[in-house]
This record gives sequence, C-alpha cells and structure tokens, in this order.
Amino acid sequence: MPYLSLVIWIPILGGLVVFAAARIPKLDVRWIALFFAVLVFGLSIPLYTEFNIHTAAMQFTEKLPWISAYHVNYFLGVDGIAMPMILLTTFTTILVVLAGWKVIQYRLGQYLAAFLIMEGLMNGVFAALNAMLFYLFWEAMLIPMFLIIGIWGGPRRIYAAIKFFLYTFIGSVLMLVAFIWLYLYSGSFNIIDFSHLQLTPTTQILLFLAFFMAFAVKVPMVPVHTWLPDAHVEAPTGGSVILAAIMLKMGAYGFLRFSLPVTPWASMRLQWLMMGLSLVAIIYIGLVALMQKDMKKLIAYSSITHMGFVTLGFFSVFMIWANTHSLDAGRLAVEGGLVQMISHGLVSGALFLCVGVLYERMHTRAIGEYGGVINTMPKFGYFFLFFALANSGLPFTSGFVGEFMVTLGVFHANFWIAVLAAVALITAASYSLWLVKRVVFGKVTSSRVAALKIISPREILILALLVLPTLLIGIYPEIILRVMHASVTHLLLQVVPAAMG
Amino acid sequence: MEAILLVILLGPLAASAVILLGGEYFGRRVAHTLAISAVFISFVLSLYVLYQGIWGGMGRIEQTLYVWGFGGPYQFTLGFLIDRLSALMMAIVTFVSFAVHVYTIGYMADDSGYKRFFGYIALFTFSMLLLVMADNFLQLFIGWELVGLVSYLLIGFYLKKESAIFAGLKAFIVNRVGDFGFFIGIATVLYFAGSLNYETVFSQAGLIAGKHIWITSHLAVSGATLIGILLFVGAMGKSAQIPLHIWLPDSMEGPTPISALIHAATMVTAGVYMVARMSPIYSHSLLAMTLVMVVGASGAFFLGLVGIVQTDIKRVIAYSTISQLGYMTAALGAGAYAGGIFHLMTHASFKALLFLGAGSVIIALHHEQDMRKMGGLWKRMPITYITFWAGSLALIGFPGFAGYFSKDAIIDAIAHSVTPGAGYAYWMVLLGVLVTTLYTFRMIFLTFHGKPRMDAHTWEHVKESPWVVTFPLILLAIPSVFLGGIALGPLDYGNFFGTSIVNRIGDNPLSLGAADFHGAWQFFLQGFTTPAFYLILTGIAITWVCYIWKPGLPAALRRRFWPIAVVLERKFFFDEIFIGGIARSGRELGTFLWRFIDAGIIDGLVVNGTARLVGASSRVIRRLQTGYLYHYAFVMVVGLAVMVGWLIWR
Amino acid sequence: MIGLYHYLGLGAVVFAVAVAGMFINRKNMILLLMCVELMLLAVNINFIAFSRFSGNISGQVFVFFILTVAAAEAAVGLAILVVLFRNRNSINVSEINHLKG
Repeated sequence: MPYLSLVIWIPILGGLVVFAAARIPKLDVRWIALFFAVLVFGLSIPLYTEFNIHTAAMQFTEKLPWISAYHVNYFLGVDGIAMPMILLTTFTTILVVLAGWKVIQYRLGQYLAAFLIMEGLMNGVFAALNAMLFYLFWEAMLIPMFLIIGIWGGPRRIYAAIKFFLYTFIGSVLMLVAFIWLYLYSGSFNIIDFSHLQLTPTTQILLFLAFFMAFAVKVPMVPVHTWLPDAHVEAPTGGSVILAAIMLKMGAYGFLRFSLPVTPWASMRLQWLMMGLSLVAIIYIGLVALMQKDMKKLIAYSSITHMGFVTLGFFSVFMIWANTHSLDAGRLAVEGGLVQMISHGLVSGALFLCVGVLYERMHTRAIGEYGGVINTMPKFGYFFLFFALANSGLPFTSGFVGEFMVTLGVFHANFWIAVLAAVALITAASYSLWLVKRVVFGKVTSSRVAALKIISPREILILALLVLPTLLIGIYPEIILRVMHASVTHLLLQVVPAAMG
Repeated sequence: MEAILLVILLGPLAASAVILLGGEYFGRRVAHTLAISAVFISFVLSLYVLYQGIWGGMGRIEQTLYVWGFGGPYQFTLGFLIDRLSALMMAIVTFVSFAVHVYTIGYMADDSGYKRFFGYIALFTFSMLLLVMADNFLQLFIGWELVGLVSYLLIGFYLKKESAIFAGLKAFIVNRVGDFGFFIGIATVLYFAGSLNYETVFSQAGLIAGKHIWITSHLAVSGATLIGILLFVGAMGKSAQIPLHIWLPDSMEGPTPISALIHAATMVTAGVYMVARMSPIYSHSLLAMTLVMVVGASGAFFLGLVGIVQTDIKRVIAYSTISQLGYMTAALGAGAYAGGIFHLMTHASFKALLFLGAGSVIIALHHEQDMRKMGGLWKRMPITYITFWAGSLALIGFPGFAGYFSKDAIIDAIAHSVTPGAGYAYWMVLLGVLVTTLYTFRMIFLTFHGKPRMDAHTWEHVKESPWVVTFPLILLAIPSVFLGGIALGPLDYGNFFGTSIVNRIGDNPLSLGAADFHGAWQFFLQGFTTPAFYLILTGIAITWVCYIWKPGLPAALRRRFWPIAVVLERKFFFDEIFIGGIARSGRELGTFLWRFIDAGIIDGLVVNGTARLVGASSRVIRRLQTGYLYHYAFVMVVGLAVMVGWLIWR
Repeated sequence: MIGLYHYLGLGAVVFAVAVAGMFINRKNMILLLMCVELMLLAVNINFIAFSRFSGNISGQVFVFFILTVAAAEAAVGLAILVVLFRNRNSINVSEINHLKG
C-alpha cells in the first residue's frame, strides 16, 4: 500500500468532497470530515507499526517521474524523524475537526475542507524527498492557513493573516533560491543527494543563512517570532492548534532535514548563533510569557520557549562532540529535541483547545476576566491544570521528556548553557501555574464565570484524547524514541564528522 | 519479592486513580475504604520488607522495572533499590500515611472535597514511595517532582481560598527553584558517570571526585563537589532550608492532615533522605558537606527563633519543622548520615503527632488557629492534651523521649565532626535546643493552659475529637515515646545501614562517639547531665514565667526589644526579598522585554516599520498615478521617445 | 516626385496629430477613440508605403488585418463608452480618474 500517497491525497480528496458537499442543504458535512480525518489517521498507523526501526534508510518510498526535464520527481519516503510528525498531523486533524463541531457557524464546510486539505499538504511536507515537491507542499500549506486565519479569525484577522503570510513567505523564497542553487550545482533535486555534496565554506554559510531564514521564521526563533502571537490570537481554535502542533514543527524539521546535513560546516560555524537564539528564546520569551494578559498570547509565547529547547538540542551536537569526543550526548540532545516537538504539539494544542472551550462560552481571552472557573466547570479545570503542568515539564507527562533529554545532552557541551536552559523549569512553572491560578482557581470572580456551562462530552473526548498520549509518552517515551534512534544516529554520523573533519 | 514491592508502590496509585477518576460514581465510604486499605496493605508489606531487611537476611535488592527510554547509549530505567535505608523510609512513609488517612475521616468529615482529598493523599503516598524506592536519579527526580505536585494540589486544596491558592503556587515555584539545581545536578551526574543508576554512579564516586569541570575559565570544580552542591540546592527547596524555606510556613494554608503528612513527616524529609542516599558522593566533598552543615545548622537556630513569635499554632509547628529539618541536615553535613535519618524517623512520628494534635484542637474550636484565642483546653480534651505533651517532650528532646536520643546524638556527632565549620554548627544546634523549648512550651501553655480566651459560645462546644482523630494520635504517640531508645543503638551506633551509607574512613562522627556509647539506658541517664538538658529546663522556666505566671511579660518584652521582635515577626524579611524583590523584578523585566523589545523594537520598529516604510514610499509614488488617461499617454510617448532616442544615439 | 519619405512624413504627421489629440483633449472620450484610429491609420500609411517601395505585398496584407482589428476595436470601444455614459452620465475625460492611486 502506498501509505504516504494515501495520507497526502485522501485528505485532499476529502477536503474537496466536503467542499462540494457543503453546497447540499441539510447534509451534515461534519460527519464526512470526521470520517476522512479518522480514515487518514487509520492509514497513518501502519507507518508506525510497519516501520523498521533498525534502519536509517528512507522507508515507504514511492518514486514517480513528474517533470523529468528538471529532475523534479514525485518522490516520497519517511525516516524516524519524519514519521512521528505525520502521525502527529493525522492525529491532530481529528481533534481539530471535533473542535470545530459546534463552534464554527459561518461556512462550516469550507472551514473543514481547508483543514483536510491542509492536512494532506502538511503530510506532504514531511514525506517529500524531492526538494521541489517539498517546496510545493511547504508553500501550498500557507494558503489554507491564510484563509483560516483571514476568514474565521478574530477582529484583527486580516492584519494577523497578512503578517503570518508575509513573514513565512519571505523566508521561504530564500529557501527556493537555495534549492535552485543546489539543483544547478548538483543536477538533482533529491534531498538525500544534497547531503552528499562537498560545498565550499562560503557556499555553506550562504545556503545556511537562506535555510535559516525559512526555518527560523517557522520555528519561530527570536527575533523573527512576532508573527506567532498575533496569528495565534486571531486564528480560530482549530487554526491555533494546527499552527502550534504542526506548523512550528516544520521549521525544526527543516533544520534537521536541510541545514544540518547539507551545510554541516556552516551549522557548526554558526552554532553560537543558533544556541544563543535558542537560549534567548528560552529565557527572554519565558519572562515575556509571564506577563501576558491574553491566554492565547501566553501559550503562544510559551510555544516559542519550548521550541527553543528543540533548536538548542539540535545545534548543540558540535559543541558536545568538541567537548566529549563522542556522539552519545549529542544523540540524547537531538532525540530530546524531537520528543519535545511531539510533546509540544500535544500539550500546546491541548492548551489552545482549552482556551477554545472557555472562549466559546465567554467570548474573551483576557485572563483578567476569568477566575474560579473550577467552581463552575470542575472537570475542565482539572484538564486545564493537567495540561498546564505538562507545559511546565512535569515528569510522567511528555513535557518533561524533551526538556530532560535536551538539558542532559547540552550539559555535555557546556555547563552554563545547561544552567540557562534549565531556567525554563522555573519560568515555565511560573507562567503556566500563574495562569492556572488566575483563570481556574480562586473564587468565582464574575457573574459570567458563574454562568459557565459545564464541559460537554464532546469536549471531554477531545481533551481526554490528548491526555492519553501525553501520559503515554511521559511514562514510556521509548515508544516514540525507538523509531528515532537509527535515523538520529545516522544523521549525526554524517553531519558531525563532515563539520569537524 | 518483586510482586510485593509492586503492590506496595502501585496499590496507592490504583486507589488514587479510581477515586479521582471515578469518584462521582461512588460514595465517601467507598473512597476512604479504598484509600485506607491500599495504604494499609502498603504499610504492612513495607513492615514485612523491613523485617526481611533486618532479620530475614534480605540483601540489597536491585530490580529494573522497565526501560523508560534509551538516549544514545544511555539507558534510563525505572526500578527499585531496596536496602535497609529505603525499607526504613518506606515503613515510615506508609506508617504516617496510614495514620493520616484514618485521621482524615474525622478531620475532613464535613468537607465537600472529601473524596478528592483521599485521592490526593493516596497519590502522594505513591509518589513518595516512588522517590524512596528509586534505584536511579531519573526516578528520584520524577518522584521528587510528583510529591511537589501533590503538595501543590493539597496546599491549594480549598479552591476558593485565595491565600491557599497563592501558597500552593508559591510552594511549587520555590520548589522549582530547588529542582532547577537538582536537575542540573542530575545532568552533572550523567556527565561524569555516564549513567543515572545509583550503583553505577556510586561505584565511580572516587573517579568523579577526581574529575573536574571548568565553571569559568579560572575556576575548576571537582565533580563530587558540583554534584553535591547542586543536588543540595534541590534538597534546600524540598526540605525547606535557608533561603528556600519560605514556602513551608505558607503551606499551612492547606488542610492539617497534609501538614502532618507532607509538610512535616515525609515530603520535606525527602531532601534529607536524598543526601543520605548520596552519601558516597558527599563523602568525597568536604566543601559540599560544609555547605550542607552550615545551611542546616543556621536554619535550625535562626528559623526556630521565628517560631517563637508566631501566633498561628500551625505556623509555630511549621517553623519547628524547618528548625528540625535543619538539625537533620546539619547531621548529614557533619557526616552523621545515620543520625540524620534517625532524627528523620523520630521526627516523622512526633511532628505528625503534633500536627494532628493541633488539628484536633482546630476541629474543636471550629477552625480557629490563632493561639491567642485558645487556652485552658486541657480539661476538655484529655487525649489530645496528653499526646500533645508526649509529642512536645519528644520535640524538645527531653531525656527518655524519642527526640532526645536522635537529637542528642546529632549534637554529639557535630561536636565530634571534622567537617570544617563544625564549631559554628555545634553552637547553633545547641542553642537551637533552647529555642525549640521556648516555642514548644509557649505553644503548650497558650493552647492548653491558662484561662480560655475564646468566646463563651465556642468554649461551650469544645469537646474531645472522635476516635478516628484520637486513634492516630495514640498510634503516633507510641513511637514518639519509645522509638528513640529502641532504635538508637543499631541506627546510630551500630552498622544498621551497612553499605547504603558511606563515610570516608574514620570520618563518621557517630563512630567517634560510639566509644562512649554503652547502651540506650546509659545514654538516657547521661541526658540529665548534658548542657542541652539545662537549656531545656531554662526554656521551660522562661515560658512558664512568661505565659503562666506573668502573662503580661511578653508584651512588655516586645516593647523593650522591638527591633528584634520586628525582624522575627517579619521572618528575617525573606518574603519581602523573594516576593517584593526577585519575583517582582522578574515580572517587571518581563513587562519591559515584552513592551519595549518585543512589541516596541521588533514588532514596532522592524516589522511594522518595514510595512510603514513600504506604505510611506507608496504614498509618495502613488501621486504619479493620476488616473487621467492623457497623463498616461503622455508618459508613454515620452518614454517611447526616450527609448527610441537611446536606441538611435547610444 | 513623391518618394518614400513623403509618405513617411505624412504618417509621422498623422501620428503626431493623434498623440497631440490624445493628451490635449480633456473633454470627449470619443475624440480619444478617434485619435487611436488615427494612430492606426498612420501605421497603415507606413505599412503601405514600405510595401509599395520595397515590393513586398505582405505589408498590405497586414493593413487588412489592422483595418479589421481597428473596426472591432472601435465597436468594443464604443460599447464600453455607452456603458460608461449610462453609469456616469458623462464621457468627460477629466472626470474619469478611477485609476488614481
């Protein structure tokens, strides 16, 4: 079975079906959308169960000629780095469809269609092994997201949508230039071939910077992060969830797929930049998150700090090698970064869904307007608390695993970097639990909070679906780590010697 | 054996999960039966394990449960390490937990969160056991954080009480500051030892001590010292040592049973247990041990002083807890690890007893905690009164009671210790005895003696608490009185812990004192000749004068020595420094970074600035677009002419 | 003797007149259309002249094409003009500046 093609094209097909079916009166398109979302998730499960964990080679590969004159092929495949991301995407889409169930009144069919199409495109990004195909999916994905923010967003949705689009697009164009340069140089658009090129230092630096522009915006890294709070605040709940859970991961994925293997030397030369910006994200954004008055902004900023761990882990491998002459701790750091990506997808997605539950009832995201929610919505209060704790890195939740592994790995690079990274332990607890204190706990502060309706079975289902993997990865992270070992080892064996000589 | 251990560990977890998840489907009776039976089974089985450890010839059990994750070649596992040290801790934890579970039936009888409370304390028992039974640093940290979580949940148990919610948050964040150090300490362990497994790490302790890490370009620190200091930062948070003790008094906002269980007997002693467990590493670093001892001894004396001026009965006991934790920590620093653990054990019983006794008083007075509104209760509450006396005498270390044996051994050990700073620490812990007596007897006299100071209506209704409350008091009073004499010999002067606790050769101050040790009876008799005993008598006399004979005297003293009183009442200004200073500057820095750098420079200047630049230049350029066809035509013609001209005359 | 240059001169003059008419005229849209026609006429003159003097017939063939296109264009232009007049009640050029930036 061509699972990868299926998880790309079935959702797109589903999106078109939903789009068309939306015109038929009295037809509930939500069930159609849910059917496709569940179907695609089902189709993505064999990617995990049939995955061979002992090889770093691309698996489930499919190759068809497409624009042969320019060596642009329809070439798909996944390794242990990409496969979990596809699972995360297909899983999250189910939640997003469920989350829009009652909330979206305006053009529901188009809304769901946009998400399904986006799901296919995002899977395409993770599965593409041809640079042009990758670029195609990468850019195409912006369109549904742009529409979702721009049509179903909040009051300043146009500003946010355009800011989001321009920010990410400007970065991506430089990536296209890099791809074309690499094609002209190597005569191939095959991503795997790119990593075998012998590039001169100057070229590497230029290519690295071009990639950096594309991926750093997506991650986002300081200082190109300011689109994220705006986009999150204005996006509808589902949009925020996809943005946080999947889109941010693409930047980190790009670093791992392109920056490190294609330009290892430049990655090493500029590691100070990458690690520095990551630490800035962890500490500086942590403090900024503390002072937010809007729940979604707070979670958006906390996303940036968590992604800081990811990039910190990825780019610490050279310093770790220089310090210990071993790849062991580097593997720890990179795998920690990957787990952090998955975990952040689950946890911040869940937090955005929690905010959505509240917003649906009170139509405000201002922290000050809430207080004592647990008195009127007890179950919801505990869900919120759980995810806030996971966000602050509580052991036995997935949030802990990544931070633990990255910090332990980075310690092998430098004592002080680990110290600075571990500051997140304090800041994350502060902003997460202070948020909980102000929103969930305490006396009921207003008549509007007192009038809140309890959480519905559908909402319980969505949040419970997220609790399970969060706990599972926290208690037994090996379940997700096992698919990464071979690929990460292969990556490091290729990258570090190439950079360090 | 593995099955037994699993039942001990997972029984409370299962009970907790059932109660918390399914609580709405069954009644209170089911909830407390589930929780209590699970903890009781754990307690009995822990006793069995301890019995096997002492008399059954059970060696050290190391059992890996499962592989949590591989990170490169590193293998992170969860598992058990059961030796006499952890078996003893398991017995203490489950014993106090069981007593508190029973007590809760009475204390929380009219609380709407009854089932939730049982769910939480069962979860706590699980977390604490996870920590104690750990055979590696990862699991230690997991348990460490989970007990902090449950503590947070339980301090903020009264969901509508603003001060309780704040206290919970404060406790969690202050603990996180400690955990921050602890976390880096674990990273240090992995860096030096390449493993997080206790056995592997301890077997390399000598090597680790020989390796260095460059902290700055001029300062290299030995691995053992760095690990010791960083792990101790974690212990400072969890075990309320200066300056991270500030959360513990506030944690009294929570219900009294958890003050007894978590904030006196078990969780706060996790730091002490951890340092004792890490003795193979600490014994390689005099610097770390000095730090441990000095911090502990300072806390024992100075924070005990604060207890003298508190008016809330629970806060007095909280400061007493901090002070006693200081004793344990000082003992660890002095090298008397076993002494610290012994005091931990006796302290667990008598401090839990005092808290539960205070809780009994609080129930009788309808949740009144201010000692100025108590007095004369001894007639109405005989069981509480007698057990409270037993606990108090144990706390001050009156010869014959449990606390005497453990505390006097500590003072003795510090006197013999070779850790630098032992002279200072000795005076601190010795004078601490006086301080302890002062606040303890002040509390007894204010609460149980003198004239009743509550209003008549309350006084009418004061009665002894029900048996579910008094039974745990009696249960805890027994070890508070007798445990010391029984356990002193083997624990402190025997080789009870075997290889679990490691001292450098000839460096165990307890073994130096062991030459003078001729059995518990002799030790008891010697108690009437030590300086500590005279300090106790002095303390009792002072409090008797101040609170029974001349009740006006404390107020007069306060007026006379007001600067000292203010410093003590403001708790050495720690809260002001942390909340007004550090937390506030963090928030203000956050606001500054957000408003000025994020919204101001990046977004305002760079991002929107670019947009504005484009906008502004368009505003200029758009003037060219008049909209009149003839203007466009004119420009076309001019352009055509220019191009043709250029082609011709180039 | 009338040579090629005379024809080209005529074409240039006609073209210049058309261009002048285009931006001196501010009143009437129809005049603009006529000027466009005049420009095409100037081109046609050039085509025919070149065709005649170089002996190549294809220039004249082009003229036929242009005439056809010009006729179609005049028809479309007038139609637009009618719609414009209906909507705005004016075909005054100086009032039509919707493209103003």
